[in-house]
Amino acid sequence: MTDLTWLIPALPLAGFLILVVAGKRLGEPLAGWLATLMVAGSFAASVIVWLGLRGSDGGPHHVFTQTLFTWLPAGGFSVDVGFLVDPLSMTMCLFVTGTAALIHLYSVGYMHGDPRFSKFFVYLNLFVFSMLMLVLGDNLLLTFLGWEGVGTCSYLLISFWHEKEANASAGKKAFVTNRIGDWGFMVAMFLSFAALGSIKYTDLNAGAGGLATATATGIAVLLFVGAVGKSAQLPLMVWLPDAMAGPTPVSALIHAATMVTAGVYLMTRINPVLSAASPWVATMIAVVGAVTALFAATIAVAQNDIKKVLAYSTVSQLGYMFLAVGSGAYVAAIFHMITHAFFKALLFLGSGSVIHGMHDEQDMRRMGGLRKLMPVTAITFIVGWLAIAGVPPFAGFWSKDEILLSAWNKGGVGYVLWAIGLITAVLTAYYMSRQVFLTFFGEPRWKKVGVREGGEGEQSAEAVETEQGGGPDEPVLEHADAEHGEEVHPHESPWTMTVPLVLLAIASIFAGVVNLPFTGRVQTLQNWLEPVVGAGEVHVDVATGVKIGLAVLATIGSLIGIAAGVQLYLRRRFEDRPADPEILERGWYYDQAITDFAGGPGREGFDGVAWTDAHVVDGAVNGVGWLVRVAGGGLRRLQTGYVRSYALGIALGAIILVAAITIRSSVL
Amino acid sequence: MIVAADTVAVDWYLALGALLFTVGAVGLLIRRNPLVMFMCVELMLNAVNLTFVSLARELGDVGGQVVVFFVLVVAAAEVVVGLGIIVSILRRRPGATADDMSLLRG
Repeated sequence: MTDLTWLIPALPLAGFLILVVAGKRLGEPLAGWLATLMVAGSFAASVIVWLGLRGSDGGPHHVFTQTLFTWLPAGGFSVDVGFLVDPLSMTMCLFVTGTAALIHLYSVGYMHGDPRFSKFFVYLNLFVFSMLMLVLGDNLLLTFLGWEGVGTCSYLLISFWHEKEANASAGKKAFVTNRIGDWGFMVAMFLSFAALGSIKYTDLNAGAGGLATATATGIAVLLFVGAVGKSAQLPLMVWLPDAMAGPTPVSALIHAATMVTAGVYLMTRINPVLSAASPWVATMIAVVGAVTALFAATIAVAQNDIKKVLAYSTVSQLGYMFLAVGSGAYVAAIFHMITHAFFKALLFLGSGSVIHGMHDEQDMRRMGGLRKLMPVTAITFIVGWLAIAGVPPFAGFWSKDEILLSAWNKGGVGYVLWAIGLITAVLTAYYMSRQVFLTFFGEPRWKKVGVREGGEGEQSAEAVETEQGGGPDEPVLEHADAEHGEEVHPHESPWTMTVPLVLLAIASIFAGVVNLPFTGRVQTLQNWLEPVVGAGEVHVDVATGVKIGLAVLATIGSLIGIAAGVQLYLRRRFEDRPADPEILERGWYYDQAITDFAGGPGREGFDGVAWTDAHVVDGAVNGVGWLVRVAGGGLRRLQTGYVRSYALGIALGAIILVAAITIRSSVL
Repeated sequence: MIVAADTVAVDWYLALGALLFTVGAVGLLIRRNPLVMFMCVELMLNAVNLTFVSLARELGDVGGQVVVFFVLVVAAAEVVVGLGIIVSILRRRPGATADDMSLLRG
């Protein structure tokens, strides 16, 4: 059954190729259904391979590889297109194809009526293919192929509605920021080849123990740079909030559930290298993760765009995953990745449903009271809210608790990181409560919108004042033609959109069961991933009482956050704007600072580099050319064109040769 | 009386070869008529041929005579090409000298 591995990425690829050729002819909704079918088939193939992997011995470590063909034979350097099937890659495949299939189904409803309907599914299928290559590749280069593939699709989909300038530049921002991370990935690949002569994961992980500490540290740090770019951690997090310019299913699939978790996957994949590296690397990863988690959570507290809250929340949750990786709790990281994929995809799709129902309105200040009009969306969204807030027994509670426990287990700086994680958990519960109350509870506020048709100046000036400054924190509206003037009649979404919501809500409730912390037997995920992460996993050595205490603390933290949300946003009127400090709304001015730097002193630096390139580098090249030309011009005078002078030259040469030979022979 | 041919020492043949070669080389350098220059080249070639056969006979090595055949063949081929070029040039520009044909000046 495991021979079917190639089918997992092949089906989305086939869907992509068919849609490229015949997408326009198939049209709506057939193109969408075809794409959905392909991804669903991929999910089925994943299940079959997974069952095969469980059933078979698969060697001592539940690992086998399938090599399709040699991709780059180049002397001593040879790269195969081969798939590494082990518990880790199968876990990734299952939830990637599973959520992707649901989001494809959702997109059929969401993209209804879009003029580029079939093109959207072309990109979406290409994305799923790239993501599966990333996950299944048995060497760094094949993963890099997928890595770049998902980056390209991300770019194409963020700027899908490129008629609007902001969407196009958001795509560019994502692409350029990721380039910095890709640099780290590439250099790590070179380093691995230089040190081990191979870029296969099996060779890299087996040889990690024999590497010099400096080399292992270099590879680990450089791959972490790549992960920071892809997973939007500090300092490269700026692209993810802007990436919300893409259609909402894209935000759910690429910028919440799958692509952005690639960094965590990569770190888990190379965990023996991390173990062989200097200890400060792990600490650095944990610190970056924790700081990012807190930083993004504080920003999410004051956002007004329904998708931006979720975007910053995603950055924050990814920070949690890196905190787990840095603490040596790879299972917890993967666990949180899975639960997060479910509840964050659910939340994004729910917000998309709201946006759809509100006719492309994204500002939560113009929502409110939607639970009566959109019951399915509201109920599923509330499930997602409780899951991400960490209320037991929803999925988020179990995975978040694991991470906090592992941070505590780290000791030393780990206690600080645990505290940061706990504060972040409180903030998470708070900003999600704020979002739920602003959107689904309270007074309906969209009716005021209809009044605003008259004058620009009239429109609730104080509510939109923060937008006047322009800049990057302007709400990123999806549709170019979003008009607020018309009458709004919120309505529930069609079944293609609500069915994925319901399924994801069920997953968000029950996903915790894959790794319950009570006894060794119910820690299914832990036992399953043991062969992959066993080398690097840090054993949790904390007394049961302390574990329970930490869990209770985390739960209390969540409830405090929710209570604060209730107090500030449910009990009081929204117009009081109780807790939206501008510095948080503007994201600590971090994005603005980068923009100012890149536009000011940075620009001069770049101009200086460009000048150096034009004058020093090009000057050297042109100088060599000039020298050769001048020397040639001088030498050509020797070519007189007179046959007799050439003859004289030959004669003189012959005489000199004969003389030289004569003298030599007479001397010797 | 019969031995008269045998009495001429090889040195004389070599001296004659050297003399002919010098005549050819000097002629090539100082004359401008392409036909004369061409004949000078032939003169040099045959001077070398004379040297070869003389030494072949003196040393009893047939290799020298073989080389002469090669030189004759090459010379014949060269004459075909060279004369062809020279005749066509002189047809277009009667009385042209070697110095007039310097189109390949650098």
